[in-house]
Amino acid sequence: MILVGERINGGFKDIQRAIREKDKSIIQHWAKVQTDAGADYLDVNMGAASNKVEDFIWMIETVQEVVSTPISIDSNKPAFIKEALKVCKKPALINSTTADKEKLDQILPLAVEYGASVVGVCMDKKGAPQDVNRRVELGATIFGEAIEKGLSEDRIFLDPVTMPLKFLQEQAANVIEAIRQFTLLSSPPPHIIVGLSNISSKTQEVKLLNRIFLVMCICAGLDAAICDITDEELVNSAIAAEVILSKHIYSDSFIKAYKESKKK
Amino acid sequence: MQIPDVKQKWPNPINTVTIGATREEGGTRSHTITIGGATTLPYLYFEGDIPHRPVIAMEVWDIAPSDWPETLAENFSDVWDDPGKWAKKCVEEFGADLICLRLQGCDPDGENKDANHAQEAVKRVLNSVGVPLIIWGCGNKDKDNEIFPACSQAAAGERCLLGTITEDNYKTLVALCQADKHKVIAESPVDINIAKQVNILATDAGLSPEDIVIYPTTGALGYGIEYVYSIMERGRIAGLGGDKMWAMPILGDIGKEVWKVKEAIAPEQNVPEWGDHRKRGPLWELTTAVVYLQAGADILIMRHPMAVKEAKAYIDKLMGKS
Repeated sequence: MILVGERINGGFKDIQRAIREKDKSIIQHWAKVQTDAGADYLDVNMGAASNKVEDFIWMIETVQEVVSTPISIDSNKPAFIKEALKVCKKPALINSTTADKEKLDQILPLAVEYGASVVGVCMDKKGAPQDVNRRVELGATIFGEAIEKGLSEDRIFLDPVTMPLKFLQEQAANVIEAIRQFTLLSSPPPHIIVGLSNISSKTQEVKLLNRIFLVMCICAGLDAAICDITDEELVNSAIAAEVILSKHIYSDSFIKAYKESKKK
Repeated sequence: MQIPDVKQKWPNPINTVTIGATREEGGTRSHTITIGGATTLPYLYFEGDIPHRPVIAMEVWDIAPSDWPETLAENFSDVWDDPGKWAKKCVEEFGADLICLRLQGCDPDGENKDANHAQEAVKRVLNSVGVPLIIWGCGNKDKDNEIFPACSQAAAGERCLLGTITEDNYKTLVALCQADKHKVIAESPVDINIAKQVNILATDAGLSPEDIVIYPTTGALGYGIEYVYSIMERGRIAGLGGDKMWAMPILGDIGKEVWKVKEAIAPEQNVPEWGDHRKRGPLWELTTAVVYLQAGADILIMRHPMAVKEAKAYIDKLMGKS
């Protein structure tokens, strides 16, 4: 399982304040906590706290001062992504591109040039997908373009677009079915990722919904998630799901074994 | 039509384990031996590297064996009342890479020798040969816990490979390995899950993964060899794929298993259709060894000089040396 820590995001009030006041300690706290919890990547997102590329670079460099965990560059602006790639010390995850041709033409060459991986979100200018077919169509477009541009399967992460259960209930099942179909795109298949916390947005059972949805997605073929990695039950559930699917060799201490394997 | 490239990319190399310590490193060995480090399945050079050749330890006991067949006895009976002389012969005449001293005499169901006796045997072997050493207990866990402190101490700093630990008996040996800077053999009963668990327990108790060699139990040719083979194969695939608790070198205890099966020891006069037992026995041991090498074993413990010689020649071929 590839887990991306979601917490360094300007959407959170403490991070927003950290960006505005240039307070490194809050960002570095979350960098360390999420790394200790086993994050494979740390997502860095400014949210609405700023629109200056210098602030984005400051966030990434602030993270890299205290941990060596690779960065997930969370921005929809190709110019920001390019500047961020220049300062990332380890191969980054670009989060993200859509399926629009002009976007792919800008982002994919950057991923190739900087040895980065890329999240391809299954939407385009026409909007978010409302069914399985549209997701698979857009996913296949992104996948095909990425392979064409020279990325290998293991550097492509397809995101079927998770939507809030509370408002778009039927989309959850569509996401799961889309994941199943993504696994058929190639052998080996690309990585498949979700922005997990969307599913539980505005609900009263955030952790329960995150956990169950993650396990259901893993069962369909998901192998990556942007999520609250500090939620230990969530991570343990993902590990258990993968053991049940024989992705790891069972041992009585399988949770510990998985976590040891992730230690850098 | 273009033929697709089926090469695998493995993210996680198998650990290396170094056995033996020279004077500069705090021991008295003439050289060290490093095993492991593979970045691909056994000998798939088109995919990755096998940086360290598999090695062969020859087996020496602390007492003269009473149950070794004539085919073995004729090679060792002149020296087997002294583990030092026995070890020396194995190294100098038969080309053993290491010596595996098995403390069989301490078995409570046998001669029940004490810790002093065991320690003396360790010292004799260390003094008579310069190669790195494996020290293997008698197999009775309580007795092993009793004799190992003295043995470990007598070899402190020599970076020996001590064995074995199991799921329910690892604390004493792990502590000794840490105190006296040895490595450990982690045993499991032909069980891929328990093999992993023992490694988790040992690392949890303070050893590093680089201090551990996996012993998944060995079956002789015709006696469960395919079960062990498939466990070694699955385990190695997991290790190369990123499972750090299966990314250890693997040991095969060949001689002990082979030299108790009838196909290896039955005299020709009893089963004429099986042919000359003096050839058949070593061949059975060699064939078993070859299977384990192909499965990815990094250390083999063997007995018959001819089987050792031919296995080493086979390793040369696997390593592209001949």
